[in-house]
Amino acid sequence: MESGNSISTPRDIDDVFLPHVKETGSDKVFTTTNYIVLGIALLGVMAPLLHVLASSFSSTTAVMSGHVLLWPVDFSLDGYEAVFNYKRVWVGLGNSLFYSVFGTMVNVTMTFLAAYPLARQNLPGRKFFTFLFLFTMLFGGGLIPTYLNLQKLGLLNTRWVMILPGSIAIWNLLITITYLRTTIPTEIHDAAQIDGCNDIKYLISIVLPLSKPIIAVIALFYAVQHWNTYFDALIYLRDHGLHPLQIVLREILVLQEMEMGDIDLHEYYKLMGLKELLKYSLIVVAAFPILVVYPFVQKYFIKGMMIGSIK
Amino acid sequence: MVLTKSQQKTVNLVKRHWQLYLLLLLPIIWLIIFKYVPMYGAQIAFKKYIVTKGIVDSPWIGLGNFERFINSAKFELVIINTLVLSFYQLVGSFPFPILLALCLNQVRQKAFKKTVQLVTYAPHFISMVVLVGIMIQVFHPRIGLTAFLARMLEVDAPNWMGSPSAFPHVYVGSGLWQNVGFRAIIYLAVLATIDPTLHEAAIVDGANKLQRMWHIDLPGIMPTAVVLLVLQTGRVLNISFEKIYLMQNPINIRVSEVISTYVYKVGLLSTTLDFSYGSAIGLLQGVVSLLLILFVNKLARRLSGHGIW
Repeated sequence: MESGNSISTPRDIDDVFLPHVKETGSDKVFTTTNYIVLGIALLGVMAPLLHVLASSFSSTTAVMSGHVLLWPVDFSLDGYEAVFNYKRVWVGLGNSLFYSVFGTMVNVTMTFLAAYPLARQNLPGRKFFTFLFLFTMLFGGGLIPTYLNLQKLGLLNTRWVMILPGSIAIWNLLITITYLRTTIPTEIHDAAQIDGCNDIKYLISIVLPLSKPIIAVIALFYAVQHWNTYFDALIYLRDHGLHPLQIVLREILVLQEMEMGDIDLHEYYKLMGLKELLKYSLIVVAAFPILVVYPFVQKYFIKGMMIGSIK
Repeated sequence: MVLTKSQQKTVNLVKRHWQLYLLLLLPIIWLIIFKYVPMYGAQIAFKKYIVTKGIVDSPWIGLGNFERFINSAKFELVIINTLVLSFYQLVGSFPFPILLALCLNQVRQKAFKKTVQLVTYAPHFISMVVLVGIMIQVFHPRIGLTAFLARMLEVDAPNWMGSPSAFPHVYVGSGLWQNVGFRAIIYLAVLATIDPTLHEAAIVDGANKLQRMWHIDLPGIMPTAVVLLVLQTGRVLNISFEKIYLMQNPINIRVSEVISTYVYKVGLLSTTLDFSYGSAIGLLQGVVSLLLILFVNKLARRLSGHGIW
């Protein structure tokens, strides 16, 4: 498997081959068109993000009169001040952090516990157990039986419901199994066995240290999933104190509900515009952590996709 | 009992690797409790669920819940909306990642290429709530980006979020915006594996860049593209709940109600919680989806020689 490198640096045929030949007329047109098409794609993807970012740093009057395009008008931090004074946002942020960190730890542990035995080619019953996992990817009990099950287990409206039911994502299990199979040579295992190394010792002292890249990949997948999802919280959590950030965001951004009492803004109260401005700033605050970290971890996501696709 | 040689070998293997089974125990317990128990619970689709009796002891009523759904006024609406939105999304979002990958593959300037990749991948990591939040702000009929552009062009500002006819386009378009870059990754990877001698031969034969893209690069990624398309077809009924539920409002509900959102509403939201009826609809969707996936996987296997399993 050739990982990220081959994607970002494909062979430049024209540079290697016939480098001295000048581009013909039709090639020049082609190259120009190509850059224009990509430029449009770039602008199209960036414009909405820039618009939101610009609006979040503008004043309420500039936003409410619709004067912001892609650059802040009448620079102000009022929107951010409002976000930071909104208590629900902070409660949600704290909860999301808890679910993401603790949940991901459980996820990675459980995924590894399953992947390590299932990656062993000669384990009797391996095919059957793998099928048990795979089948749940194709068919499930459905929303309501799942809900009733969690209700019976007493997990509804507890923090556990955000962590336990999704302990293993089958897709991540599959890429972990594939990774273990393709990157750790069986010879190492044979040698270790001859030296009297048992399976658990082998896992801890050899497999885990060799699995750092895949742990990074699945931990990222899980963490982003925890951070971004709202579905489970919507269905299983009633207490406001347990809600993750995405539920709070939904109330404010989509349902347009805001508890103005929670904001300490007596002097701004009459400025309806602040409500609108707050949304832009909130979007930036919510998307910021992921978008800032993402360029640095991008290659891990791509790696994960590639391992998945060679399956 | 006498064991044959191979059975004896298996028993030895099991004994030797008991630790592996021990490790597997916790995930298997998890799997049974959180995945297979609800599957067993899906039987309430064939029952009249009575809270005090629970799933197992409620009386059987056969296919009553299914008949009720098929004969209900909502049936046609929900099925049609689900299929229209899924297929539109499938077909509408298919060509663009390919186009992006083909174009990126031609770029010689590394910095520009990296920038385009970085920016176009980014929206993939935005949550659905934030995505729909951005859409509401950007398409705001008075203060949004579209309103600004409409003013510049001196036309009436569109209200895309509040218009049923615009709903499918907004749904598909936003999905494209979010995923076009990320989907291009796989095509870029395939393009990197195309044999360079093909290009060399074509250059010698006097082919220009466009001709090489059309006759070498495109055919090179087509098998992958076809398999991906076929496999995605298997998921047409599993339209994502998260985004569509966020985009729903009373104005667009006639075109935006799909199976998953309807199940949620009749099963968990309505005042007359109808667990059995909701489960029946969900189960119907699940079974049809399963058959579809098995079918298209077979098709993909025939087309390309390998499916997803």
